[in-house]
Amino acid sequence: MRRSNLPWRLIISIALVVVSLVVIFPVRQKIRLGLDLQGGSHILLECVDTPEAPVDSDAVNRVVEIIRNRVDQLGVAEPVIARQGERRVLVQLPGVTDPQRAVEVIGRTALLEFKDEEGNTLLTGAHLKNAQVQYDRFGRPVVSIAFDEEGAKLFAQATTTNVGKPIGIYLDGNLISNPVVQEPIMGGEAQITGRFSLEEAQNLAILLRAGALPVKVDVIENRSVEPSLGQDSIIYGLRAAVVGALLVVAFMIFYYGWLGVLADLALASFTVFFLALFISLRATLTLPGIAGFIVTVGMAVDANVLIFERIKEEYRTGKTWRASIEAGFNKAFRTILDSNITTLIAAAMMFYLGSGPVRGLGVTLTLGILCSMFTGIWVTRALVDFFAERIRFKA
Amino acid sequence: MELIKNPNFNFVGNRRIAYAISIVIIAVGLISLLVQGLNYGVDFVGGTLLQFRFNREVEVEEVREALEGLNLAKSTVQRFSPQEVIIRSPKLSQEEQDQVEKTLGEAFGEVTLVRVEDVGPAVGADLRRMAIVAVLVALLGILLYVSIRFEFRPGVTSIIALVHDALVTLGMLSLLQREFSAPVLAAILTILGYSINDSIVVMDRVRENLRSRKKGEGFGELVNRSINETLSRTINTVLTTILPVLALLILGGEMLRDFSLTLLIGLIAGTYSSIFIVSSLWVEWEEKKPLRR
Repeated sequence: MRRSNLPWRLIISIALVVVSLVVIFPVRQKIRLGLDLQGGSHILLECVDTPEAPVDSDAVNRVVEIIRNRVDQLGVAEPVIARQGERRVLVQLPGVTDPQRAVEVIGRTALLEFKDEEGNTLLTGAHLKNAQVQYDRFGRPVVSIAFDEEGAKLFAQATTTNVGKPIGIYLDGNLISNPVVQEPIMGGEAQITGRFSLEEAQNLAILLRAGALPVKVDVIENRSVEPSLGQDSIIYGLRAAVVGALLVVAFMIFYYGWLGVLADLALASFTVFFLALFISLRATLTLPGIAGFIVTVGMAVDANVLIFERIKEEYRTGKTWRASIEAGFNKAFRTILDSNITTLIAAAMMFYLGSGPVRGLGVTLTLGILCSMFTGIWVTRALVDFFAERIRFKA
Repeated sequence: MELIKNPNFNFVGNRRIAYAISIVIIAVGLISLLVQGLNYGVDFVGGTLLQFRFNREVEVEEVREALEGLNLAKSTVQRFSPQEVIIRSPKLSQEEQDQVEKTLGEAFGEVTLVRVEDVGPAVGADLRRMAIVAVLVALLGILLYVSIRFEFRPGVTSIIALVHDALVTLGMLSLLQREFSAPVLAAILTILGYSINDSIVVMDRVRENLRSRKKGEGFGELVNRSINETLSRTINTVLTTILPVLALLILGGEMLRDFSLTLLIGLIAGTYSSIFIVSSLWVEWEEKKPLRR
């Protein structure tokens, strides 16, 4: 069989590298960062039964809707609000800087009640049309509310029968204000003055506008990272990645000489292919994901180590250089395949484990292994074939 | 260049020494696991972790004192960086968390809550259950693959070696009381998948050498020859993986420290077992109940 004169393997490899470079630049804009790197909150809510409000499927759907309204008012870009299973609701808020406030706004039932002295409920927040923060004449923030038509009627009736007596305003069963009615209020508008800070008043207004949750929800998981901490993680991760890769590059040259240089070129193409695939699949990079990538850099050259050691061995048995290369690649192939498949099995289990960061590790490991098999075997072969005829190697 | 020229160590012959070393290390680890157990993070047992950043350097003692008035008897305070501390506690309610933040603000001026991990007991229990399933399925998958591709016996001995690696790693984590979190579990899974690679390399060579067996060579000798022939591959593949893991451990920041330490311990244990344990056990088995002459 005659070998064609064109180094077609090398040409394809270079073409793939060029295409990948187009895909990945500019990296910063194209790569999706997980909440642990860009900062943000991951909040898992569970709807729980209470004697007054047992949970049903419809209620959970309404909870999702109301929380979406609340999140919209917080002004978060690209939030995720999704029902999970029967009773859980997942809320992801990228870039949130004040996670405690987010939890406060999302997890509150926000049932507003007006009660008379005897504790009878006169009307509830269900009759609200609007709620806004205003300032009273002392410059203190208050929440002014406007009732809908029916609410206005109920409120007029309530204030008429309770002149001279207090009407308690309760939020989720806690008294927040207990004003005494001076005269009947017919216009359907009122103010809640509760010695709020501005932020508390704003939160309350958001909650009242979005409406009360139909059932009680518990925050069963909250993982939040401040954006600056995420930024730190990226810097540390990149630093480790660069130094780790340089160590590997140096080791390969030190130990395998010219072959090592070729392996390093293959490693560079590995990085490019990995990123291109990662971005094309719209995968999310997490901190354990970065760690996974760093580990796969080490694993990526394993294939080359296996092949090169094999080539050396074959050469020692007296074969020609070219025959040794041929045999080295062929015989090492199965070993490389076997050892990578077991790592893929482990990576698959990380997908199963689910939670964002660990799943991110599963993603980078899987993609890393697939790319490394390609570059370790195919690209390295292209390079070795091309240069073997031009440079005299010493085994 | 060569690290070791034509190595010819008697791994199989000295296997009892290797077993003894492994047994001692595992025993120490097991005792630690029984006595002090693993230091489970909030991922697994539920609880609240709060990380605060101050605008000056703070000592753990100061923070502890500031929090004295609050009812946080079961919490621990740990330094994360000169200006950051982590407070771990059984689950705190939203109000209690706000209280901690307010108290620290009063004591130290401006503080920023930079990380919250607040996990309910149900979520922790879910992860514990999934962790066990994940590890078992991974082991089973690997056993299945290895015994389809190879033979049953080396398949079993390599699974024993994997259990060895996992036990050594868990024991060390317990001994050092490092936090056992979801990423650490993922590191252990990575080790399970990766450290069998070196065993596969050796077994591949054994199989190849069986086909061109020298006259009069016993199975033990053949296996020993195979280990020696693949020694520089085994060492080099591990070195190229350990180098980046070391970079991660030293430069990767506090968030990844436990993860990379777990990987490092696991990689070392895995290399040790694939050189000294896997094939020796196979030889042991063949000598007791020979399948081949």
